[in-house]
Amino acid sequence: MEPIITSTLCVGGIGLASAAALAVAEKYLSVKEDPRINKVTEMLPGANCGGCGYAGCADYARKIVNDNVDLTLCAPGGSECAAAIAAFLGRAAGAVEKRVAIVLCCGDDTEAVRRAAYNGITDCAAAQATAGGDKGCTYGCLGYGSCARVCPVDAIAIVNGLAKVDKTRCIACGKCVDVCPRKLIKLVPAAAEIHVLCSSKDKGPAVKKVCGTGCIGCRICTKFADDGAIVMDGFLAVVDYTKRLTNEEVVAKCPGHCIRSDGAGNKETAAAS
Amino acid sequence: MEYLLLIVSAVLVNNFVLSRFLGICPFLGVSKKISTALGMSGAVMFVMTMASAVTWCLQKFLLAPFGLDKFLQTLTFILVIAALVQLIDIVMKRFAPPLHAALGIFLPLITTNCAVLGAAVLNMKEGFGFFKSVLFGFSAALGFALALLIFTGLREKIERADPPRCFRGVAISLVTAGLLSLAFMGFSGLVK
Repeated sequence: MEPIITSTLCVGGIGLASAAALAVAEKYLSVKEDPRINKVTEMLPGANCGGCGYAGCADYARKIVNDNVDLTLCAPGGSECAAAIAAFLGRAAGAVEKRVAIVLCCGDDTEAVRRAAYNGITDCAAAQATAGGDKGCTYGCLGYGSCARVCPVDAIAIVNGLAKVDKTRCIACGKCVDVCPRKLIKLVPAAAEIHVLCSSKDKGPAVKKVCGTGCIGCRICTKFADDGAIVMDGFLAVVDYTKRLTNEEVVAKCPGHCIRSDGAGNKETAAAS
Repeated sequence: MEYLLLIVSAVLVNNFVLSRFLGICPFLGVSKKISTALGMSGAVMFVMTMASAVTWCLQKFLLAPFGLDKFLQTLTFILVIAALVQLIDIVMKRFAPPLHAALGIFLPLITTNCAVLGAAVLNMKEGFGFFKSVLFGFSAALGFALALLIFTGLREKIERADPPRCFRGVAISLVTAGLLSLAFMGFSGLVK
């Protein structure tokens, strides 16, 4: 009988002693955190994407409560989230414009030529560092998926050697924008439907030599676009996203077929969901 | 000299991860990025050293006098180490916030890690004194950190490489771990 009693007492005693020590420590040593921080953390989307510039949602919540940081930094949460937090904290919220990332290139492996066979590290920066990349076009998407790997919500897929962003999943955290060695990815307003999917600043003949769907700088689109919504940057047409471009005619008129509208695609996905 | 041999033995020859196969879970779990591996290594070193000290006292002053060390060791060690880690967590948060920010999230992960428990049990099995126990705990953790950091470095490289499809991910990691263990076998016989 005796070993049973001593061992029971012993384990029970250790358990009680540790519990007491922990209870005392919790009571006298624990750090008091502002309870609002937890509430705000719960209101944030919890994706921990880091798009706001802080280390995750909890860190952003701490900065919001303690340092009065701007509420509009959270792209995934958007205006609703900012408004909810503003109401909770009794502060004024600004509007968050919903944005999405877009890859400004449409030269996939069918349309654009590759001038070399690259079989090094599967990484765009590495390919770019190897004699300027294997793509014939020195502006276009290399297609080695650095952006897809860095995306926290798997919104980017490499289709036929070209990165494509799924608008419905993108949370506009901007990680792909930073990682693309050719700076092809931009954050644009989600409402914009017509884009010039080319970034080549080369002259027309040079573009045509390497890509079937490049901007040749013909300026036709600027004539059809609504009041200055497409501007020329050298030999490249660029959409001015501060203006609203709705005239679908530019899509049909573009001889390079690099102006695309994803409005129809959006409607399809909306109908499906 | 004796202490030096103890350190060499725990770090290289009888490496906790690669030749005793303790602590495999964090070894595979947190070895994707050097920064997290560093945090984990720090936390393990901290906890293992503390745990060695505390469990030695427990064994010497409570279990051995009552003759309970034969069958209550594992249970009480787990209990005490878990409580200790919680306590460290609270104390650290209060008095050393930067340290807590660096190690905090790893502490709960290793409360009852088998490497930590293994160090404590081995200490008792070898019949080490107090100082030797603490030293052994620390150097075992050092060995763990070494193995973890080497492995993480390798995995970071492999991440960028292009292995055959069937080997991608965990498979190639396990193969790497095996080869690393094999490499550490080269130290065997160096110290008893």
